[in-house]
Amino acid sequence: MKLNNIVFDFDQFASEMANLKNQKGFDYLVTIIGEDFGEDGLGCIYILENTESHERCSVKMLARQMDDSHVIPSVIDIWKAANLLEREVFDFYGIKFLGHPDMRRLYLRSDFKGYPFRKDFKADGKYTLEDDCEPDYGFEYSIDKNGRLVEKKNPLFTDDEYVINIGPQHPSTHGVLRLQTVLDGETVKRIYPHLGYIHRGIEKMSEELTYPQTLALTDRLNYLSAMMHRHALVGVIEEALEVELTDRIKTVRTIMDELQRLDSHLLFCGCCAQDLGALTAFLYCMRDREHVLNVMEETTGGRLIQNYYRIGGLQDDIDPNFVKNVKDLCAYLRPMIQEYMDVFGDNVITHNRLENVGPMSLEYCINYAVTGPAGRASGWKNDVRKNHPYDMYDKVEWKQITLTGCDSMDRYLVHIQEMYQSLDIIEQLIDNIPEGDYYVKQKPIIKLPEGQWYFSVEGSAGEFGVYLDSRGDKSPYRLKLRPMGLTLVAALDPMLRGQKIADLVTTGAAIDIVIPDIDR
Amino acid sequence: MEVRKPRIKSIPYDEFKDNATLERLVDELHEGGVNVVVGSLDQVINWGRSNSLWSLTFATSCCGIEFMAVGCARYDFARFGFEVTRNSPRQADLIMCAGTITHKMAPALKRLYDEMAEPKYVIAVGGCAISGGPFKSSYHVVKGIEEIVPVDVFVPGCPPRPEAILYGMMQLQRKVKIEKFFGGINHKQTKEERELGISNEELIYGKKPMVINEVPEEFVEEVKNEQLKVKEEAAV
Repeated sequence: MKLNNIVFDFDQFASEMANLKNQKGFDYLVTIIGEDFGEDGLGCIYILENTESHERCSVKMLARQMDDSHVIPSVIDIWKAANLLEREVFDFYGIKFLGHPDMRRLYLRSDFKGYPFRKDFKADGKYTLEDDCEPDYGFEYSIDKNGRLVEKKNPLFTDDEYVINIGPQHPSTHGVLRLQTVLDGETVKRIYPHLGYIHRGIEKMSEELTYPQTLALTDRLNYLSAMMHRHALVGVIEEALEVELTDRIKTVRTIMDELQRLDSHLLFCGCCAQDLGALTAFLYCMRDREHVLNVMEETTGGRLIQNYYRIGGLQDDIDPNFVKNVKDLCAYLRPMIQEYMDVFGDNVITHNRLENVGPMSLEYCINYAVTGPAGRASGWKNDVRKNHPYDMYDKVEWKQITLTGCDSMDRYLVHIQEMYQSLDIIEQLIDNIPEGDYYVKQKPIIKLPEGQWYFSVEGSAGEFGVYLDSRGDKSPYRLKLRPMGLTLVAALDPMLRGQKIADLVTTGAAIDIVIPDIDR
Repeated sequence: MEVRKPRIKSIPYDEFKDNATLERLVDELHEGGVNVVVGSLDQVINWGRSNSLWSLTFATSCCGIEFMAVGCARYDFARFGFEVTRNSPRQADLIMCAGTITHKMAPALKRLYDEMAEPKYVIAVGGCAISGGPFKSSYHVVKGIEEIVPVDVFVPGCPPRPEAILYGMMQLQRKVKIEKFFGGINHKQTKEERELGISNEELIYGKKPMVINEVPEEFVEEVKNEQLKVKEEAAV
């Protein structure tokens, strides 16, 4: 959607934002985008959604400069999801959020100098092999009676608390995530996620690249939903260019997205089993995943990184055997899904390990912006394919899976049932792929008109969105990706308070996080 | 006797592309001559080591998924003796560095490497680990892990196919086969580290490494004589 920003006065900002939520029902904070607006200074754009009507709006807020600090009132009391989102903006832009209790760096080392996403930042490329001496307190900023900015230190731990680090090199965190866990015996008291161990600065890099060049980087974010990630970026550029795609492109993209979803969900089912120690189920899933990869590889040439979509269509037409291969795959896979249930999902050990573990109610899911299968397991109808249909999703019949268990078991089951839905979608489309061009010709140098756009797709683990600010150049002025996993990681803390430390592993497995996607 | 050419069962010797490098290494090892007893022991040890390389699961991004795929049924690296992956660096023989290393992760990688027991090897999998790959221009990415740890084998690709990863691991097998365990020098430490003696222990606790300077001269003579004898026998 093209953004039409609402602007509020600095002093009324907090109350107006609360109004938006309480009066107008914008209860889902999609993302907060920090931006260096150039002459206007630093600021943020908030994207909000009404979960009833699925209406979206955006709010622009410029930071007020006080001495050499930039400040904006925090919205953490209105939307809990703002916790990590605001810390991200602080980390990259140095905007201090008034009233946020824990203003620490999120991605970069605590001794990092400067704010890398500001336009005047110059990287020196130096790094150290010394350990980072992290502070054990967070800063809280506020404005006192005299109108001056004051800071308060909030300790993260009390003196007698037992803290262990899980990660960054730990097999059950699915990558280089570090969870600083405060324990009382075996019981989890709090979790502080530390991110950035695979922060590659894709958004900043994109500002130097032309539009077709930026496409290469998105595949490497969440390599298990490479197609969907690229789809979102291609989608936002095509929306800005107002490209009319042929039905063939739309159909092939829908099929490819669903194949990728199958691939990702299969790996999820496998890894979930492996984290609980069930190696057989893992090998079954990985075996069948190879069949999915084979089908995609014959058309795209890639196993993991596909590089298939491009601005205006596809890299190349589908393989002549594609239709037959996909049909064979669907026929093969449908009975296999029951097999995963037999060998793992219906196992009594699995039920004991997953049921009532990491609970999160519907209201909290929306407040913490837990999208994707994890949110749908609590009954939140958040599927972007239904709410904001793109491509062929409104022309085929499929069900949005929602369950009401609110726990890890239902998160697993949502994944299983979604695989059937993906197969349904593919089977409806595969027989009648319309004739037409696979590529709508674009200019050799692609320049976008001025404006701001936001476009999102349903990734394998939640909503994946791309915000694009164009100033009419051949490269984006600001490109922001809404990762699927960031809000999920933030939700680990409320999910696991009072649970056992062994449940941390199962909950982490059930919400399906991929770290390079979170860190970008 | 001589150090044998590194032959492994999986692929015939001549089908490897870069035999010249390994042959040069073999020649270097030949220069000092090879003791019959020690050389045979070396061969036994190298045979054992090269067929049971245990890797540390160190996957930071995309390449890690391909590494998982190599471990699963279709590609199955258990055929070559790599199937044991360890989550603790203390138990691992090699780091399979699969993925981008960022500035924040660099100290962790160095630390994991230091924690491993000798002999230890590093395989750099994928463009990011080799040179920074597509993220070379980023402000937060290490431009190749060779800046941090010594690398034995590079496996190019983005990500490399499972076949490429297998090929890379076989190359490491061949490299392990031509090592001198007895009397060889420790190639893993850099010259600087050797001279300063910066072990991890010393860095953290300030302990000095134990160095023996005064070896009795008689002992040295004895060893020299023994070596001469062996050479003469070999000449006859």
